[in-house]
Amino acid sequence: MNPGTNKKAATEKRRTMNKIPVIIKREYLTRVRKKSFIIMTILAPVLMAALIIVPTVVMLNQGQDFKKIAVIEDGSDLFRTAIPNTKEAEFVYLEGVKLNELKTTFEQAGYYGILFISPEVINVPNAIQLISKSQPPIGLLEHIENSLEKEIERQKLLTYNIENLDQIIKKVQTRVSVQTIKIDAAGNVKETSTGIAMAMAYISGFLMYMLVFIFGSQVMRGVIEEKTSRVVEVIISSVRPVQLMMGKITGIALVGLTQFLIWVILTIGIVTVLKTTVFQKTSVTGVTQVTTQNLMTIDQTGTISAKTAEATSPEMEELAKFFSSALNQPWGVIIISFIFYFITGYLLYASIFAAIGSAVDNETETQQFMLPVTIPIILALMVAIGTMQNPESSLSFWFSIIPLTSPIVMVARLPFGVPFWQLALSMALMIVTFMAFVWMAAKIYRTGILMYGKKTSWKEMWKWLRYSG
Amino acid sequence: MALFEAKNVTKQYGTQLALENVSISVPEQSIYGLLGPNGAGKTTLIRIINQITGPDSGELFLEGKKLKPSDVAEIGYLPEERGLYKKMKVGEQALYFAQLKGLTRHEAMIRLKYWFRKLEIVEWWGKKVEELSKGMQQKVQFITTVLHEPKLLIFDEPFTGFDPVNMNIIKNEILFLRERGATVIFSTHNMGSVEELCDNITLINKANTILEGSVYEIRKQWAANEYDLVFEGDVKMDGNEHYNILNTRNDSGKSIIRLKTTSDIRTNEIISTATGSGNLLSFNPALPSMNEIFIRVVESRN
Repeated sequence: MNPGTNKKAATEKRRTMNKIPVIIKREYLTRVRKKSFIIMTILAPVLMAALIIVPTVVMLNQGQDFKKIAVIEDGSDLFRTAIPNTKEAEFVYLEGVKLNELKTTFEQAGYYGILFISPEVINVPNAIQLISKSQPPIGLLEHIENSLEKEIERQKLLTYNIENLDQIIKKVQTRVSVQTIKIDAAGNVKETSTGIAMAMAYISGFLMYMLVFIFGSQVMRGVIEEKTSRVVEVIISSVRPVQLMMGKITGIALVGLTQFLIWVILTIGIVTVLKTTVFQKTSVTGVTQVTTQNLMTIDQTGTISAKTAEATSPEMEELAKFFSSALNQPWGVIIISFIFYFITGYLLYASIFAAIGSAVDNETETQQFMLPVTIPIILALMVAIGTMQNPESSLSFWFSIIPLTSPIVMVARLPFGVPFWQLALSMALMIVTFMAFVWMAAKIYRTGILMYGKKTSWKEMWKWLRYSG
Repeated sequence: MALFEAKNVTKQYGTQLALENVSISVPEQSIYGLLGPNGAGKTTLIRIINQITGPDSGELFLEGKKLKPSDVAEIGYLPEERGLYKKMKVGEQALYFAQLKGLTRHEAMIRLKYWFRKLEIVEWWGKKVEELSKGMQQKVQFITTVLHEPKLLIFDEPFTGFDPVNMNIIKNEILFLRERGATVIFSTHNMGSVEELCDNITLINKANTILEGSVYEIRKQWAANEYDLVFEGDVKMDGNEHYNILNTRNDSGKSIIRLKTTSDIRTNEIISTATGSGNLLSFNPALPSMNEIFIRVVESRN
């Protein structure tokens, strides 16, 4: 006999023990231990952080790379003072120099490039050339274009012989920026940014899509694996099919949540670490360089007047605005809803995927069933992207109520503010639907998982759904 | 007393009749063979016993009581197609299945060590299943089937994929398990193993039972008054009014003569006549092999 066996006690234990946790544990551990999981989990936040950090670093480096540019005019003297220097570039106006001569020597002379302005520029806008050995940065080009445009405009206006033209122009110059303010039901006023809402809508909508789709199809692959390797027969003889299905779905959901959490924590961690090292430098250089930048760098969203621009860096202002706007988002509702929609949406789709996995013999056979499942998901993603343009459209409304698409569309709508009754209705429908789908999937699964060699049709699945025993 | 009984089990898949009024009765601590050509309904019956699927009609009893879902803990099932997770390590996998069968991790570990040592696969504990040969995988699966010491063991084609040496090991393990009190049902095409192992059999063909009973009785029944006489040296016998000589074979200095009685003659009389023909070494009823019986029964039905 085996050692350590107390038959009666063991038998009693067998009957009472719930086996779903055992299944969940296996599903979870085998996936979390996979190399691909570990790599993805670590790599994705690094990439995310890189996405956030790299543009900043590039911007800073551009600033430090000072350029001297020679300006030559062909025979005229219209733009001597038209282009102001910036922190990135100095414009040196050269007289009596031939373009062809300078072309060969400008590098030795310490110039980054030659800006050649032909006198036809007043009438022919593209009569300007910037000659350099490397591709000039876009910011530099914009600066030159803006400056010359302004100067040409000014000179054209001069031809109308208006008195005190310069003062008039200064007076009429205005800068417009729409400030968005949201009033909630309690009448509280919150300053928000449409940009933030759009970004959040995009991120949460896309994240939801990824989580539901990736982990949902993992469920399907897991079911197919068990079916083709016939593991399922061994397991079904010890646990009920529904237990196996729910164990698998739950285990994979936990894998998804784990990965998601690690991503969030790592991304925040990496960004904070880099921010303290990189951004500190920005704030110092930012302030000192403001004055030279003047009007040119003022952005579309800022409401900075010329005076304040001299006091604080526009970037800092923007950053502060960004954070205050981000903080003004209804975070509680967004996070709770996101988790709600992830769980219900995932359960809904995972159960469909499980049913499909049980009905086929291998992965290639899944095609015919996958299409009708993929369509609502893709549609939802498209509508979610449309939502960012127009959150109040009736299309967005309906798609955020219909359960198959609501997880993706509703989370995209949330940052723009959703009436409570709509959210409640959508959630209620979601709960009813996901329970119905899990129930149906379990019925199909129970029959399908033990069917081999027959090509399954929709009709067949419908029949399985109605089996009683 | 019968440990397991199935009474008038019928199962239909769509229009396909898989089992029709099949009954089996498996005595305690015996080995029961479930035979039949491919597609006869053996696997369906096994699945019903495992409660993977339910019968349309008929009843099942374990130890005289109606079979209930919790009884799966008392049944060990080795499916025909081996089911193991390919990417999972052998030991972990065995532990998983043991836990699904309701053993605690600690208990499972102790038993697994015992069995891994017994079947000499200890060094495979940390390997992935896909690295194992088919026979190895089968040993692992065999262990996971018997580990929780169920009262009833069901093996669906347990010998496919084994070389003769390992086949013998598994045969001995099955006999050993019976010694320890287990009752075994197994389905096979390997008739040699049926003769060696089975106490009773049921032969299923086209969803129906066509032969049932103890192996010895069935073979005797099918012997149909045939006897084998073995003589030393080269011996010939002639038929008479009581029996016919069917054939005579010479095998390494012995003559084997098969005769068939045509009247109600007593075997003693045959022996006394035979001793006059030469030095009689043995006299046996000529038991046809299960293989012969299987083929003859199935063909006569088709």
